[in-house]
Amino acid sequence: MNARTLDSSHLTGGQKLAIKYFTVAVILFTAQILFGLISGYQYLAPEFGYNVLDFNVTRMVHINALVLWLLYGFIGGIYWLVEEESGTELVGLRLANFAFWLLTLAVTVVVLVFLFIQTGPGDMSTLWLINEGREYIEAPRWADFGIVVCMLIFFWNIAATFMKGKWSGISGVLVLDLVALAGVYLAGMVYTPNISVDQYWWWWVIHLWVEATWEVLVACIMAWGLIKTLGARRKIVTTWLYIEVAMMFGSGILGLGHHYFWIGTPEYWLSIGGFFSALEPVPLVAMVVHAVYDSGVHKFKNSNHPALAWLIAHAFGNFFGAGVWGFMHTLPQINLYTHGTQWSASHGHLAFFGAYATINIAIFYMALQKWRGNVYMSAGLEGNGWKWKWALGLLNGGVVGMTIALLISGYDQAFIERALGGATWAAYFDAQNGVWFIQGLWWRQLFGFMTAAGLIILIWDLLTIGRNEKRSIQLVGDNTAAEVTS
Amino acid sequence: MTTSPWWVDEDFWRKMAIWVTTLMALVLIGLTFDSVTQITAGSERVPAYSVINHRIYYRWDDSRNFQVPVIGDPAPLFGKSLTEIEAEALVSKGKITTQAKNCMNCHTLLGNGAYYAPDLTKAWLDPSWGAEVVREQLMIQFLMDPETNARGFGSTRKMPNLDITEEEARGVVAFLKWMSSIDTNGFPRNFTPIAQEGDR
Ligand code: HEM
Ligand code: HEM
Ligand SMILES: [Fe+2]
Repeated sequence: MNARTLDSSHLTGGQKLAIKYFTVAVILFTAQILFGLISGYQYLAPEFGYNVLDFNVTRMVHINALVLWLLYGFIGGIYWLVEEESGTELVGLRLANFAFWLLTLAVTVVVLVFLFIQTGPGDMSTLWLINEGREYIEAPRWADFGIVVCMLIFFWNIAATFMKGKWSGISGVLVLDLVALAGVYLAGMVYTPNISVDQYWWWWVIHLWVEATWEVLVACIMAWGLIKTLGARRKIVTTWLYIEVAMMFGSGILGLGHHYFWIGTPEYWLSIGGFFSALEPVPLVAMVVHAVYDSGVHKFKNSNHPALAWLIAHAFGNFFGAGVWGFMHTLPQINLYTHGTQWSASHGHLAFFGAYATINIAIFYMALQKWRGNVYMSAGLEGNGWKWKWALGLLNGGVVGMTIALLISGYDQAFIERALGGATWAAYFDAQNGVWFIQGLWWRQLFGFMTAAGLIILIWDLLTIGRNEKRSIQLVGDNTAAEVTS
Repeated sequence: MTTSPWWVDEDFWRKMAIWVTTLMALVLIGLTFDSVTQITAGSERVPAYSVINHRIYYRWDDSRNFQVPVIGDPAPLFGKSLTEIEAEALVSKGKITTQAKNCMNCHTLLGNGAYYAPDLTKAWLDPSWGAEVVREQLMIQFLMDPETNARGFGSTRKMPNLDITEEEARGVVAFLKWMSSIDTNGFPRNFTPIAQEGDR
């Protein structure tokens, strides 16, 4: 047999480490989907898991696994590219490996505690040891410190490696962005009895992550990915990156105000938040133009079809999920009725998946290509590449389906509970018991299974793609030249 | 040699990126100072914790065109008037409990959280508690044993048993009462509060 094996001798030290991060990412992704299916099912059958594995637990695992696998993917992605981009070896590989195991140990303990201990008595010990009880950043305080230590090691490694090797536009943006990303996490670590102040800072983490620092981070990965897969010209890509940073931070930082409409904060946020967040879709449109234009210029000739397909899915997913679905409820006149309804869930699903799951999957494919010894991944793969195509179709179709189903439920809820019902508890349940609302939840569940099927095929494909391939990578564009200098 | 026009010039956009980001960050920091002052407990928008010694109600405000919370006559929670420090301790006990019991992954608070159970922003003022006089006791009972005291509202969803002690439940009720006094710019719109004697 001359099947291609997964051979780590093709990889640099940072890339071997990246593979570890990717592996954990895929495991957490699987956990995310599993617990999503359970939470969704509990809406339909509330007795399921009642008093044993309650909705608040399954949902917490669902969203924490999400945040964590995306972070694992990002860290892996950056370790993957740092040595090529800087032209030198990672400065602290041993320490980086140590941080990986430390983080993974911490994550394992946190998840086990979430599942088996779940909640604690109403005093500070619970917040330190079990659960901080704030959506998305529930990790207890001890784990926060562990996470911060691991992030510092990661950050130091990346910055020092670029410092030793060479800087580029992409790496400059990346490193500054990582400072901001880690910095805003600290804003989420304090306790206060004041719920308004609590949520003020809580949104600094959540919003300034997903609508500012994460967006810029994936823009860096996207820039690098386009150079790699399409052989796009570095100068053009870098200029685009700067434009996107200007527009993203220009709108996203003050766009934070769209979460300050109703939490006790002053009325000026209604105008500031409404105005700047309404501009947030602009850079996302620019991204679509960028990706499609670049692909078109290169006539879609590229070295990695699955990766490029997922990069394009990212551009569109980001635009629709964050840009369109976000815009739909971002003006205060509308948000007054949709705030905290299934509208938010509809948007949250399409945005997280479209913007962040997609680009991680693209990087997984790029990594696998090299891991299998720079295998061919362009047109005409074994079985016409049915596995990656089905995975792409089912995952995207599933999430879009869930999004639409939730939007229908969300419309129903906003109308019955908020507009007609006077937003009381009885009105809430009037909406929840409505036939159309429940139908939407059934459709969500159905499309959830479609998503899960896509994930299974994706994993299968990741494990097997290129195994029987004899051809080697097809280099394209500027990558065909020996070494690109800018 | 051609020099590129400004709108495709790498250098121009790098500077733009830096300046725009710095400017926006500075504006946000400035606004944060102002906002945090305006939402510190004891301010106009976010009342002091001792507000739990008073009746809290809702009144339509013509100039702002939405309902605003009104702090009325003394109506001490559990019949005992608290000092500012005692009130803060009680509310804080409740707030920690809401975190320790992970309420936010079923409920929304100020509209943020999960959508499996009703919003808690105005839980204190919700008409489903029936009458004002029995409300406190009903809330304590419900929190301590939500399974038996579930009202259902025609749904089979029930709050799970979270082992909430009486002390914790009192804290939670205090926290909920205090939260209902926050000026949320009219959210939730057209909210219908519990009927209270003496008002309207
Ligand atoms: C990739 C980027 C984005 C992601 C991952 C994302 C994700 C989310 C999530 C998960 C929530 C719900 C938060 C909660 O649990 O309470 C949310 C809320 C919200 N998002 Fe986004 N979002 C993104 C971009 C945007 C953009 C660009 C806009 C506006 C144009 C936007 C507008 C909003 C608004 C207004 C809310 C508040 C919903 C409410 O009032 O309940 N988002 N977002
Ligand atoms: C099998 C597929 C999935 C199912 C059945 C599912 C189900 C659920 C459920 C029931 C909730 C709780 C919503 C609530 O509080 O009412 C939730 C929340 C959430 N899920 Fe999923 N999910 C799935 C896949 C995904 C995927 C693929 C993503 C993103 C990549 C995602 C991201 C989120 C986010 C961000 C939230 C929080 C939303 C918010 O608070 O607004 N889920 N999901
Ligand atoms: Fe936001």
